[in-house]
This record gives sequence, C-alpha cells and structure tokens, in this order.
Amino acid sequence: MKKSDPDLLLFHAPLLRQGMTTPKVMRDVLIALAPATAASMWFFGLSAILILGACIGGAVAAEWLFADRQARSDSLRDASGILTGLLLGLTLPPGLPLWMAFLGGFVGIALGKVIWGGLGHNLFNPALLGRAFLLATFPIAMTTWVPAVTEGGFLQIYPGNLALPFMQAQIDAMSSATPLGMLKFESEVTPLTDLMLGNVSGSLGETSGLLLLLGGVYLWLRRDLDWRIPVSILLTVVVFSAVLGLFDAARFPTPLFSVFSGGLLLGAIYMATDPVTSPVTPKGTWIFGIGTGVLVMLIRVFGGLPEGVMYAILLMNAATPLIDRYTQPRVFGRGGDTK
Amino acid sequence: MKAFRRLRRNFEHGVHPAHHKQQTENLPIQRVPFGKDYVMPLGQHIGVPARAIVTAGERVRRGQMIAEPGGFVSTSLHSPVTGTVKEIGNFRGVDGRFAPAIAIEADPFATQQVDAGAAVDWQALSTEKFIEAVQMAGIVGMGGAAFPAHVKLSVPDGVRIRSLLINGAECEPYLTTDHRLMLERPEALLEGAEIMRQKLGAEESVIGIEANKPDAIAIVQKHIQPGTPVRVVPLKVKYPQGAEKMMIKSVFDVEVPAGQLPRDVEVNVNNVGTIVAIADYFLRGIPLIERVVTVAGPGVTYPANLIVPLGTPVRDVVKFCGGLKPGTREIIMGGPMMGRPIASLDVPILKGCSGVLVFTEEQTARRKEYPCISCGRCLEACPYFLNPSRLARLSKSRMFDEMKAYNVFDCVECGCCTFSCPSNIPIVQLIRTAKDDLTHRKEPDA
Repeated sequence: MKKSDPDLLLFHAPLLRQGMTTPKVMRDVLIALAPATAASMWFFGLSAILILGACIGGAVAAEWLFADRQARSDSLRDASGILTGLLLGLTLPPGLPLWMAFLGGFVGIALGKVIWGGLGHNLFNPALLGRAFLLATFPIAMTTWVPAVTEGGFLQIYPGNLALPFMQAQIDAMSSATPLGMLKFESEVTPLTDLMLGNVSGSLGETSGLLLLLGGVYLWLRRDLDWRIPVSILLTVVVFSAVLGLFDAARFPTPLFSVFSGGLLLGAIYMATDPVTSPVTPKGTWIFGIGTGVLVMLIRVFGGLPEGVMYAILLMNAATPLIDRYTQPRVFGRGGDTK
Repeated sequence: MKAFRRLRRNFEHGVHPAHHKQQTENLPIQRVPFGKDYVMPLGQHIGVPARAIVTAGERVRRGQMIAEPGGFVSTSLHSPVTGTVKEIGNFRGVDGRFAPAIAIEADPFATQQVDAGAAVDWQALSTEKFIEAVQMAGIVGMGGAAFPAHVKLSVPDGVRIRSLLINGAECEPYLTTDHRLMLERPEALLEGAEIMRQKLGAEESVIGIEANKPDAIAIVQKHIQPGTPVRVVPLKVKYPQGAEKMMIKSVFDVEVPAGQLPRDVEVNVNNVGTIVAIADYFLRGIPLIERVVTVAGPGVTYPANLIVPLGTPVRDVVKFCGGLKPGTREIIMGGPMMGRPIASLDVPILKGCSGVLVFTEEQTARRKEYPCISCGRCLEACPYFLNPSRLARLSKSRMFDEMKAYNVFDCVECGCCTFSCPSNIPIVQLIRTAKDDLTHRKEPDA
C-alpha cells in the first residue's frame, strides 16, 4: 500500500445498481397524481388546494414530530409522507373542514405508519387509515358532498372548509349526492361521460376517471406499479357487475358505471397498489386484487354504504401477510412443491 | 407451447444491467511485459490449498510446477515466470486476509521462454490419467469461481454425460475476455472442446454465446470442422445467462433439480477460458500460468484486454494501462455483479480473475439505504424464483432458521436482487450472513 494509492471502497457484490431509488418511486407516484390533482383544483377551486394542503401538512407534521431526530430528514426526504397526505386529501369531500383534513393526515401517518415502525412496516394503507378514522369520527362532514364549482369561479371556498374545531359545522346549503349515492338511495343513474370527465360531485380526486387512468399508465410505463393489482380489481368489478346485470339490469350498475364511479380507480391504481401493504408474490397480487374487487362490489351492492373501496382495500391489507405466506413462488429446480 | 419456449433460448427472470462492453470489446488481447515481483497464493482455487514443492532461494523456470495438489479438490501451481523463489510465507490476498503464498522474483535477464512439456497424447490416456493430467496442469474454472476443472470431469459410475456445454455467455458487464478469446483463438476453443467431449464421452458440444457478440458467434461457427458434433447457440442477452443452471435451462430447456449438479441432467458446463486452457495443455504442453484479463471501467486510463501472468500484482497491470485516473473509488476483481472489490493494489491476479474494473464514485453502490417497501422487484429479478425481500427481512431480524423454509441455500448469490432493489438493501450480503451462520454455527452442548 503506497501513500499515493486511492482510498478504495469495499462493498459487497453486486457492485452495480439500477437507477431507481425508493424516493424516486414515491416521486413518480406524485407525478402520476398531478393531472388528477389539477383536475380537482379545476372542479373545486381553492377549496381543493386548501384541503390537500391541510392533509399534506398533517401528514408531514406527524412524520416530523414522531421520527427520531437522526432519521428526521431521511423520513421526510423519501416523500412518502407527502404522498400519504395527497392520497388522503384526494379521497375527502371538498367541503370538509380544514382542521379535520389536517387531523386526518396526522392520524394517517401517526397510527397508519409511524406506530408500526415507519416506512415499509405498516400493515394498512396510511391514507386509507386516516380516511377510515375521519369517517368514523365525523360521519356527517365526511358524507356531505358538494357539487363542483359552478359560480364564483376558482377563488370560491366552500363555507364548510372554514369551520372551527368542535363547533357545529355549517350544514352546506348546496349539498348534493355522489353518483353512487344517487344510484343506491334514489336509483338515479349518472351519465357515463360525466363520470369519465369528472363533472360530478364526489371526493376531490375520484371525479375524473380518465386522468386517473392516465397517471396509472405513466406508473406502469415507469415500472413503478404492479399492473396485476389494478387489472385484477377492475376486471373483477366488471365481471361482477356484468353477472349482476344478467339478473336485473335496471337495479344494478353497469360494468362501466361501476368502474368509473366512486373511488374505484383512485383506489385500484394508487392505493391498492401501495407496495408495502399489498402482497409481494405475483400469485398473491392476483388474489389480493380479486378479493378487493369482490369486496368493493359486495359493499356497494349489498352493504349499507354507497361506496366500499376504502374498506375493501383495508380488509385485503389485513389479509396481505397471510396471502404472502401461502403464495410463495415455486423455486427453480424444485418441481411442483410450492410449500 | 414448449416448442415455442425453446425458440426463445431463455430462462425466466434475471436483470438487464447496461453491459458497458464497448470500452474493450474491439481491443485485441495483448501481453503485459514481465515485471519483477510475483505472488502465487497456494489457495487460489475452491477447495484445499496446494502444497509448495519449492523452497526459498530455489531457481524456477516459467511453467515449472511449484506446488502440488493438496488433496482431490485441489490443483497444482506453476511458476508464471523464470526467476528465484524469494519467500514462502503469508501475503495479502484478494479478500484482505493474509494467506500462504509463494513469492517469486523474476530474473530480468531470462528469456521467459515457457518450460513447456511435450504435447500430451491425450487420445491414448485413460479417463483417470486424463483427469489427473488436468489436475496437474492446474486448470480451474476460468469464469470466476476457480473450481478445479478435473473435479467436474470426474463423473461417478453410472452417470452419463450427453452434452458438453461451453459457456461463452459472459453476461457480466464490462468483461470481454471470453469474447476476445473466441474471436482470436476459435481453433484452440474448438480443439479443446473436442478433447473434452471425447474424454467425457459426450455426444455433442454446445457453445452458448450471448447474442450481443455476433462476431464471436460467426467466427466460431466458421471454424467448426465439418463432421464434428459442435453447434453454437445464440442466447438472449440477460444477466445471469452465464450461470450454469440458467444456461442449461436456456439451451436444453431443463431445470437442474435444486441441490443437484449439471451432470444429473447429463450436461457438463465449462467456461471458454477453461476449454482453451485444456487445449493449450494437451496440444502445446503449457500449464495454466497466465490468463486473459479485461482491464476496464471509467477510472482506468487505457482500457485493455491483457494476457497477464498469474501472480502479477494489480498495481503492475494498472500501471501498464496508463494508471488510475483521479477520482478512483473502487477496484473490482472479476465482474461487477459477482466480483470482489479489493482494498490494496498489491494483491495478485489469480486463476479465477477475469477482470480488473476501476470505478469512480458514480458507479459505486454508495447510496442511502431505505426500508424495504416490498415492491417485489427482487422477486421478479431472482432467476431461482426465491423471495429475496422476505429473506432479507428475516436475516435482518436474525431469524436464520426460518430462512431455510424459504430455500435460502438455493441462492447462488448472482446479485440480481440487490441490483434491482430501489431501497439499496444489501440483500445478497444479508443472505450470505445467514448461510454462513447456518453452516458454521456451533450449537451449544445440551
């Protein structure tokens, strides 16, 4: 060893890496969600920005508060907290009080992620856990839907947004039902073009089906998304509704209505595919997707709620470790015994 | 369906690292001038170290045997230069540990003529004598593992070898040694193939070459003597195409059962370099005293394919290539996927060393490690269909025994999982830790 020799690094083979990193994966999802986010701002104006901001703020605050000091900047750098906040915000009704949105983001990260041990260790999707918490805590505010902005333009804020904590929230004068609610409680079918373009009432991100699909295609092209999950969920929903339609076409939704209404696309493309909370084995992802699709339809058609994507995904999240255990891939040179 | 799959010449999964071969693939092999100091470690192959048969101060000729096999899974060593044995002692090895080696000082006035024996009449040799001759020639697997070649040739009674598979895949990025050998010495390759095939009693020789070397495929094909049962099979460019079980799957569409060897599916796999070494010994009497090494990577001034005498310090090789560029951070012996980084420039080139790669900061794997997000990329990369994500998690929790149920011992450490991991988790290292613990752990006495 001579003095002039370079200081050499000693790593363990393999010494090459592909270019993708976990923060880049998270950033890709944020990029994929950008069109749908922009659409939510187009439809719901300033309220959308405020709600999304409050959710992200809550999520990042929880991340920062609970992370240990050394890992603090790291856990913020991977952008997974921002993603959780954004996803949660997109599932909320536009007229929700901002403090609730903030609390939802905070609880989603605190109980949905940090308490399990941080990124990669949680059992449930943090965004959906935050939403489940809000739905259980503030059922009225969470099911009060407002129509998309018609008058007042971009700067209009829904009055409900500014309600103070623990004060009686103002009953929104302009409340209107979501397409799924209208079908369930009033048997009224929304036209498909409105569903695809997003010109309906509903939560921030679930209104524009086409833009959500666009983001999904981007993620698939970037190989950030396990295509099996959205494909199996959507196929299951389509088949399920088609079979129901054979029995009573008037009472049950059509396959396309089922796909484009409610939070199904948002859930199938961005939430069920959360790699942490979905199975890792190829066979397992099919089971996971089919199970989610069946649960969505069961809740929508036979349950008491108009929408079931959230509970369907959370229930399948709970089953993920079990699915993983029983779908281990067949090992090379080991014939049929899959163990 | 099966016929369709055969057309694809492929195995499932694997990864596609950029192959970076353009740096050296068109550079002819050249000879490194002789230097002064040579170190021949006694244990440069897998198995029992060789036993030195020379003493300090003894004069040795180039090609003279200086160490004999220490057991059956062991081979002999030959002096790479004409000179004087300086010392038999402990020298720094590639893994950083000190190990017994023979240090030889080259004689600056010697002609360095190879002390070649007479060509061996291989056709007259019995199988046992042939295997013994391979062992005495010091020939090992030249692809990187350095497993003594004669051990593979010793087929137990009742096992038949149907095909000799010659591995010219060279799927590791940067390396071009086998590529150049096939281009420059196709006759030697085919001669060696014929010797091996006849001695194994195999029906045919198959040379598997990745499709990114069309020139090698064409040249080897052109040199095949009409009537000899040799065929060239182009293979899909994918890592680890050169792993012997993957290659058998690609060429013959058979999976070697887990825990078994290629001979259990009637195949014997040998690297191109090994086959050429066989030809050199049996037709020209030259034992294994030198090998082709690719010197490449962004940190080396003049990349090259070189014939390097064994035991040459990496320092001399790098110096011949114009030295290191500033900013060098990592030097790898072998390929970047399964090779080994070295800590010092004073370690010698060994029989299994196919490359010396010099990386700057940009190519190194020095990145932040993130938690596993179970994205499943490693599962889609693993050519053995293991669950590396699970194995890494279990290993991190030190749950080594549970890893046996996940077939940890089927892992060949090809590195596909770590390569594909976006969280930069050292999965292979974690698996090795577990394997090591499971193999060497001493249970407390009950």
